[in-house]
Amino acid sequence: MKYIDEFRDGEVARGLAEAIRREANPERRYHFMEFCGGHTHAISRYGVSDLLPDNVKMIHGPGCPVCVLPIGRVDQAIRLALENGVTLCTYGDCLRVPASDSLSLLKAKARGGDIRMVYSSADAVALAQKNPDKQVVFFAIGFETTTPPTAVAIKQAATLGLKNFSVLCCHVLTPSAISSILESPEVRQWGTVPLDGFIGPAHVSTIIGSRPYEFFAEEYRKPVVIAGFEPLDVMQAIRMLIRQVNEGRAEVENEFSRAVDRDGNKKAQQLVAEVFEMRKNFEWRGLNILPYSALRIRSQFAEFDAEKRFPLDYQPVPDHKACECGAILRGVKRPQDCKLFGTVCTPENPIGSCMVSSEGACAAHYTYGRYKDV
Amino acid sequence: MSEVRKGYVRPLDIKHGQVDMAHGSGGRAMAQLIEELFARHLGNEYLAQGDDGALLPAPGAGRLVMATDSHVVSPLFFPGGDIGCLSVHGTINDVAVMGATPLWLSAGFILEEGFKLADLALIVQSMAKAAKEAGVPIVTGDTKVVERGKGDGVFITTTGVGVVAPGKELSGRNAQPGDAILVSGTLGDHGMAIMAVRESLGFESPIVSDTAALHGLIAAMRDSGAEIHVLRDPTRGGLATTLNEIAQQSGVGMMLQEKALPVKPAVNAACEFLGLDPLYVANEGKLVAICAQQDAEKLLAAMRAHPLGGAAAVIGTVHEDAHHFVQMTTGFGGKRIVDWLSGEQLPRIC
Repeated sequence: MKYIDEFRDGEVARGLAEAIRREANPERRYHFMEFCGGHTHAISRYGVSDLLPDNVKMIHGPGCPVCVLPIGRVDQAIRLALENGVTLCTYGDCLRVPASDSLSLLKAKARGGDIRMVYSSADAVALAQKNPDKQVVFFAIGFETTTPPTAVAIKQAATLGLKNFSVLCCHVLTPSAISSILESPEVRQWGTVPLDGFIGPAHVSTIIGSRPYEFFAEEYRKPVVIAGFEPLDVMQAIRMLIRQVNEGRAEVENEFSRAVDRDGNKKAQQLVAEVFEMRKNFEWRGLNILPYSALRIRSQFAEFDAEKRFPLDYQPVPDHKACECGAILRGVKRPQDCKLFGTVCTPENPIGSCMVSSEGACAAHYTYGRYKDV
Repeated sequence: MSEVRKGYVRPLDIKHGQVDMAHGSGGRAMAQLIEELFARHLGNEYLAQGDDGALLPAPGAGRLVMATDSHVVSPLFFPGGDIGCLSVHGTINDVAVMGATPLWLSAGFILEEGFKLADLALIVQSMAKAAKEAGVPIVTGDTKVVERGKGDGVFITTTGVGVVAPGKELSGRNAQPGDAILVSGTLGDHGMAIMAVRESLGFESPIVSDTAALHGLIAAMRDSGAEIHVLRDPTRGGLATTLNEIAQQSGVGMMLQEKALPVKPAVNAACEFLGLDPLYVANEGKLVAICAQQDAEKLLAAMRAHPLGGAAAVIGTVHEDAHHFVQMTTGFGGKRIVDWLSGEQLPRIC
């Protein structure tokens, strides 16, 4: 595949691995967090860790939109389908996230809920158009990447004058999650999570640009390298981070210059600003309630806001007692440190959200890397 | 089947008619459906016996193989095939990968009230063509009709019977450390063809199902004299699931080479777009062969010489592993597990 195979070339990878080995100072250890689930997936799927020297460790971050979705939000979506009789649409991997009462959206579908998988928010609008007698709700989740399409869907529904379309908005913001990690006691006070730098989000940065990360580099003295999701992108970013650490620099560098610039996609940003505004508080799975970390629909589009159209109280729901998703999302623990990993919690029967999406740290390690544990 | 006397009954209106409950009642309407549609297209000396079962000649030597498969596919018609030919190919392949020569098929239809007779006729014609081309007649069958809303148009269950020559049995239990693993062609074509239509994904290069009967290819493989230990057709769950089944059955591990896996660029691109892995996508006209290492090249040459094996490849080896892991050396030089498919493959969010 043009523009893809070039970034999966094994020989180039071996050359890069050699360069990383040469540049990594054997006297010190390097700990880098890949923020995005897409990076976690690429590292596991292509076996990138096998090519890194022992003193370069990757820590999985919270950047999987499915993994940070709290149970209470999935419960809301299920209630809409089962109690309010709406047609609920959402993205594929959201369907398996475990919710209360041993349910998930997939299981709620089996109980008779009209729950549909869609590939885009536009599909949900089209469904509403085709079924004027049904209330169609789009369960919108994701970081900055999936937010502009949701904004487009809401504007489109407004233009069409649809009375049967609304959005349960659970869009969250990347910079808030990075702040939360850097402010966490594990990183700041206790030092139990050593963090020497970040591989910054790829798709998210195509929207917001690289500028928002400059704050982290300056304020927390942590280098950030924005990287694409192909395995060679990831390796190149690791090399750039090692270089920054060796040279005592903490800057934002952009490995993904083929798609990302400093300012991002201004049109998309304006669109998002027009339709959404900040929520004061939003609960994230594993990161608790983070201030100004998520979006809600502005009042002028209130008729498309499922939280206003339907009686939907938010009830926070604690994780399973033994589930370590919270600690894993913050890099405090590894998947194999969780007692439930691979025994009670498997991709067939996920207890925690990190085991659900293929971008989740637990699912990625279970699916691609657990041979290393035996 | 009862004879419907000509002149007393109006012929089936295939062009405009629909399946109704009477077509499953066991009465005249059903007899008419069988005679004017099924028997007309699928007719052969055994079906013509008209009894409740088919009286078949017993094979001389060897052992019988029997396999059954239910076919539920949406949409019923897709690029490269339809539920009719799929139901013939699928069961022929299940019999053939046991090392058997498929001899006869049965077909059970569950029809939904209101289903267009014209579409049913297309499906039956497609079955007839597939069975004729494969040389495996449909010798008996059954029809039931369910109320509107209780089916999905048509469900077809086919059962196949074949005979395996003495000493030629194949089993998923026979993979041995050191064996070579081969596939007969490109992976994921059928699953992506279905998904592209089902989800109305208009890809630039159309993806066509690979549905095909594999017993001819298998005969050519056996004629090569290669020591074949396992044959399997990797349908639902794709290659990854099939190899995990074999690894478990045989108590072995496997190591694949990602670079050796044949995947069409269009399928690869579609999978990439949806966040799916072609290793887990369904095939309907491909097989996995596991053979003695020293015979791998001979078997590969025989496969490639057959029209259905042109893109065959040696993709890995079998080794000892108490955990029965299927692993893969990635094109990138790292290692990963190729795990069982868990649940359904669902597209990633971004």
